[in-house]
Amino acid sequence: MEKKKLKLNGNTYLLFITVLLFIVMYIAGIIIFHGKGFGRFQVLLNLFISNAGLIVIAAGMTIVMITGGIDISVGSVVALVCMLLAWMMENKGMDAIPALMIVLVVGLIFGVVQGFLVAYLKIQPFIVTLAGMFFARGLTAIISQEMISIKNEVFLSWANAKIYLPFGGTVNKKGVMLYPYVYPSVIIALLILIIVFIMLKYTKFGRSIYAVGGNEQSALLMGLNVKTIKLKAYILNGFLCSIGGFLFCLNTSAGFVEQAKGFEMEAIASSVIGGTLLTGGVGNVIGSLFGVLIKGTIETFITFQGTLSSWWTKITIAALLAFFIILQSLFAKAKEKVNKVS
Amino acid sequence: MKKKFLCTLISVVMTTAMLAGCGGGAKPTDAPAESKTESTKETDTADQTKTETKEEDAKESGESIVVGFSQVGAESDWRTANTSSMKSTFTEENGYTLLFDDAQQKQENQIKAVRNFIQQDVDYIVIAPVTETGWDTVLKEAQDAGIPVIIVDRMVDVSDDSLYTAWVGSNFLQEGYDAADWLAQYLDKQGRGSEEINIVTLQGTIGASAQIGRTNGVEERMKDHTNWKMLERQTGEFTQARGQEVMESFLKSYDDIDVVIAENDNMAFGAIDAIKAAGKTCGPNGDIIIVSFDAVAAAFDSMIAGDMNVSVECNPLHGPRVAELIQKLEKGETVDKIAYVEEGVYPADTAEAKKPTREY
Repeated sequence: MEKKKLKLNGNTYLLFITVLLFIVMYIAGIIIFHGKGFGRFQVLLNLFISNAGLIVIAAGMTIVMITGGIDISVGSVVALVCMLLAWMMENKGMDAIPALMIVLVVGLIFGVVQGFLVAYLKIQPFIVTLAGMFFARGLTAIISQEMISIKNEVFLSWANAKIYLPFGGTVNKKGVMLYPYVYPSVIIALLILIIVFIMLKYTKFGRSIYAVGGNEQSALLMGLNVKTIKLKAYILNGFLCSIGGFLFCLNTSAGFVEQAKGFEMEAIASSVIGGTLLTGGVGNVIGSLFGVLIKGTIETFITFQGTLSSWWTKITIAALLAFFIILQSLFAKAKEKVNKVS
Repeated sequence: MKKKFLCTLISVVMTTAMLAGCGGGAKPTDAPAESKTESTKETDTADQTKTETKEEDAKESGESIVVGFSQVGAESDWRTANTSSMKSTFTEENGYTLLFDDAQQKQENQIKAVRNFIQQDVDYIVIAPVTETGWDTVLKEAQDAGIPVIIVDRMVDVSDDSLYTAWVGSNFLQEGYDAADWLAQYLDKQGRGSEEINIVTLQGTIGASAQIGRTNGVEERMKDHTNWKMLERQTGEFTQARGQEVMESFLKSYDDIDVVIAENDNMAFGAIDAIKAAGKTCGPNGDIIIVSFDAVAAAFDSMIAGDMNVSVECNPLHGPRVAELIQKLEKGETVDKIAYVEEGVYPADTAEAKKPTREY
C-alpha cells in the first residue's frame, strides 16, 4: 500500500516541479521585462499559437515513451504532412478537406508500419523510426524541392481565423487597441490534449499502456496483449503526429523540405522535462504540455532580451534536461531504497 | 521518508539555483538599458554641433526607435556582413534600439520572433526571410498592430502586397547589365570589340532570384552585341565543386572559350581550378576572361592573384538603406515599395586598392 502511494507521489512531484518551474520562469520574465510587454496576456497565448503543433506531437511522443519506445520520425513526418498538404492543394487543385483527410491517413500508415515493426518484429524503436525519419524526409524532397506556398482560400481561412477574447485588451504604442486572440489551431491542440489525458488516465487502454511500459513481463502475466497495445500506441502516435503536422502547417502555410528539422528532439525534450521517463511506465501529457511551454518561454526570453544569441535556447534546454534527468534518477533511487526496506 | 525529504530538499535547492541562474543572466539586460539612456544623453550633449535629423527625432520623442530584426542565421560571409551592417547602423548612438533574433535557418523561429516583436511594441520589424512563403498570417498580425514591416534580401510571397511596407535588396537584373556592360568595354579596350566572342555561363541554382536576374540581365544586353555567342548555359548550383565540374565538361566540349560568366564567386573559383587543371590560363593576362558576381573578400584575393577579371558586387550592407527608409517613415513620408542597395563593379586592376576598404 505504501509503495503505491510513494510511486504516485514521486511522479506527481516531477509534474509539480515542472509546473512550478514554468510559473516561476514566467513571473521572472514579467519582472525582468517589466514595461516591455512580457506581462501581456497575448505573450502567453503566443506560446500556444506558435507551439500548437508541438503540443500535440509531444503528447503522441509521451504515449510511445510511456510504452518504453521512442519515435524520432515525427519531425520528418511533419515536413511530409506540410508538403503533401501544400502539393495536393496547390499543384493538384484538391480541396482543403480531402487533402487533410489524406494526410491524416498518411500519419496512420506511418503509425501502423512503425508500430508493427516495433511490436511484432521486436525491432528497436529507435532504428525503426530512424528509417521512418529518413524515408519521410526523402519523400518530402521527392514531392518537391521547391517551397510551395499554400494559397488555398479554405485553408487560409482556417489559418487566419483569429478568435478574439472579449477581455484583457491593451493599447499599444501606435495607439491600436489589441484584444488577445488565439487561432483555431490552439483550441484543437488543447482539445486533443484533454482527450489524450483522459484516455491515458481513465480508460483500460490508457492504463495498459502504463502497464506495458512499466514492466512488459508482468503486463504479459496479467493477461494483457502487449503486442496489440504497443501497436495501438504507435498508431495513435502516428495519427497525433499528422494532426500536429497539420497544426504546424496552419502556422507556416507552406510546404518545404527543410521544415521542422529537429522537431522530434524538441518533442522528446518537452516530454522528458514534463516528467516522462525514457525507460517507460511513467509520464503525463500535461507535463509534456508544460515542457513545451517552458521551451517557448525560454525562446520568448531570448527575443525579448534582444541581444543574446538565440542558441542560448538550446543551452538552457540542455541544462533543464540534465536537471530533470538527475531528478528522475534520484526519485528512482529513493523508490528502490523504500522497496528494499519494505 | 528521510530520502524523500532529501529529494525534495535537493530539488528545491536546484530550482532556486536555476532561478538564480536566470536572475543572473537577466541582470545585464537591465544594466545596458540604464547605461543606454546615459549614453544617449551623453551623445546628445557632446554631439550638439552635428545634430542630425536622427538625433532630433530621438530627442523629440524622448526615446529611441525600436527595431526588431529577424535574421536567417549565419550561414555565409555574406550573411554575417549583412548582420553586422544592421548592428552597426541601428546603434544607440544613432537613436535606435535593435532587437536581434537569429532564426537558425528555421522559418517557424522567425514567425515566433515576429510575434514577440509585436508584443514588445517595436516601432519597426525588419525581416530577412528564411523562405519566401508562409508569411501571410504573421504579417497580418503585424499589420493589425500597426507596425510597419521591411523585408530585406529575399522577397516574400504573400497574397496581399500591403502586408509589408517595403523591400530592400539587390537588383540582380542590374547586376547582369553591369557585368555585360563591363565586358563590352573591356573587349573594346582590347580591340576585340567586333571579334566573335564565345561565352559559357555557370548559372546559379535554377529559380533563385539571383540566377534569374543575372541570367536575364546578361541575355538582354547580348542582343546589342551580335558578335557574342552563348555556347552553353548550365547550372553550377552556386557551389565551388559543381562550378568546377561543369567547367570541366565545358572545356571538354568547346575548344575556344573566350569568356566564362559565373553567377557567383564560388562557382568562379571552381571554374578557375578547372581551367588551370586543363592547362589553360585565365584572368587579365590569360586566355579566358572570368566574369563573376558577389565580390566577396576571396574574389578580391583571386583578382589580386590575377585569376579573375571582374566581380560585380552583391551588396550585403543593407543597414543604411533600411535606416533611410525608417527615417522617411518617421517623418510620415511615403517610401518606394522596392528599394535597391547601391552596388559596384570591381575589375581586377582596382582590386588591390579596393581590398582594404571592403567590409566583407
